[in-house]
Amino acid sequence: MELKFEHRPAAHCENGVISNMLRFYGFELSEPMIFGLASGMFFSHMPFVKMAGMAVTSFRTFPGILFSRISKLFGFKITTKRYLNEKKAIADMEKVLLSGKPVGCVVGMYYLPYVPLEYRFHFNGHNICIVGKDEQTGEYIVSDPNAVEKVRITKKDLIKVRFAKGGTYPLLGQMYWIESVPNELPDLVPMIKKAIKKNCWLMTSQPKWLPYFGVNGIYYLSRRIKNWEKEMGPRKASLNLAQIIRMLEEIGTGGAGFRYMFGAFLQEAAQKTGIEELNDYSKRITDIGDLWRDFAYKAARIFKKRQGETYTYEDLSEVLYKIAVLEEKFYKELKTVV
Amino acid sequence: MKVEDVPQDLKYFKDTVMRDVTYAVDKDGNYTSVMSDGWSVKNDALDITLEDINEECEAIRQRVLAGETSLLEYHAAKNFMAVDLLSDYTGFSKRTIRKHFDPNTFSQLDGETLNKYADVLRITVEELKSVPK
Repeated sequence: MELKFEHRPAAHCENGVISNMLRFYGFELSEPMIFGLASGMFFSHMPFVKMAGMAVTSFRTFPGILFSRISKLFGFKITTKRYLNEKKAIADMEKVLLSGKPVGCVVGMYYLPYVPLEYRFHFNGHNICIVGKDEQTGEYIVSDPNAVEKVRITKKDLIKVRFAKGGTYPLLGQMYWIESVPNELPDLVPMIKKAIKKNCWLMTSQPKWLPYFGVNGIYYLSRRIKNWEKEMGPRKASLNLAQIIRMLEEIGTGGAGFRYMFGAFLQEAAQKTGIEELNDYSKRITDIGDLWRDFAYKAARIFKKRQGETYTYEDLSEVLYKIAVLEEKFYKELKTVV
Repeated sequence: MKVEDVPQDLKYFKDTVMRDVTYAVDKDGNYTSVMSDGWSVKNDALDITLEDINEECEAIRQRVLAGETSLLEYHAAKNFMAVDLLSDYTGFSKRTIRKHFDPNTFSQLDGETLNKYADVLRITVEELKSVPK
């Protein structure tokens, strides 16, 4: 059996699963709209949280938050479950699927068979949606937003990815589905305004003594990055740069750490609310996104040198400082037009 | 970023269904989503991360050849598996796993144990037992 589920690829797995699921229930909302409505844009640089021994830098809110924010906004009834028993986790999933509902699963990348081996790190925060089962082969039909088409996965592999291990974040077969939906979407206009305000607040409300989050975090990284080569040596510093680039670009951000996606959202928001100025803000965040790409490009040239191009950590620090100033101004002004 | 500037640097996505979706601005100034094969800058970042792991693995391989450690340590490192994660996946205690890093103990492991390791490390038992070049 297979649900009539239209698969559309998306930049980010969580937005993508939500967007595809809502479309299944007859609600057409783009990925940027969902990202924007959930106030998904963020920045954090946390030396006290380590991944592979390096400080974590992130460009969005924490995993799982988008889904709960969106369902609360729209009044969808969501059920989320975790399991200790693998068989029960699969049996329950089949039951929900047979009742005609697509099931979202949080999975680990390491055992996902259709992902290139080089991408299969121990990352336990990927989202996929189970939309059917091939009765002949026993395989499940999967809508993975990062894949161009629907894919298949065996029961054995699905159990492995749903029960991915890891001391700090074991998955316990976490799955979710939409239990019931409202008859129609509430008016988007007030929600859009509120979401933009909230996102501006998230990026600029932190007091100066809290340097890790929002635009403070960008200033903070700009100050720290200058000394990386001296403090860590060239090799370790390069690995830290690589990690930032990967967070900025690789984990499905739609480019420039979600800045372009936010630009797309503001453009759509301008249309929906009739607030023309939002188009100008869309352009501004696009330019800021271009600067983030510039940062990534220069950072990569530090560890993979090309002839005629020499950049230093000082250069990177400058780009980041420029971004921080522009973003701070951006959010503070954006807040006033909605 | 403009639509025509969206990079199409195919490397790690080659022969897979995975692609990036990127948001870019078309000639009329409207945002649209564009499929991307990847960006060389990201590929470089992944390269250097993998190179680092490979160097670590090469050092372990030399120690395997010198009889100082077992192939288990090599394959664990190759799969980004620290001892505690390997312990979570196999159910063996960390102490047991460290014992299996001893070449003599490793060479006497039974089929069931080897199967378990091979399964967790996404390789065959044959691969687990042979020194890679």
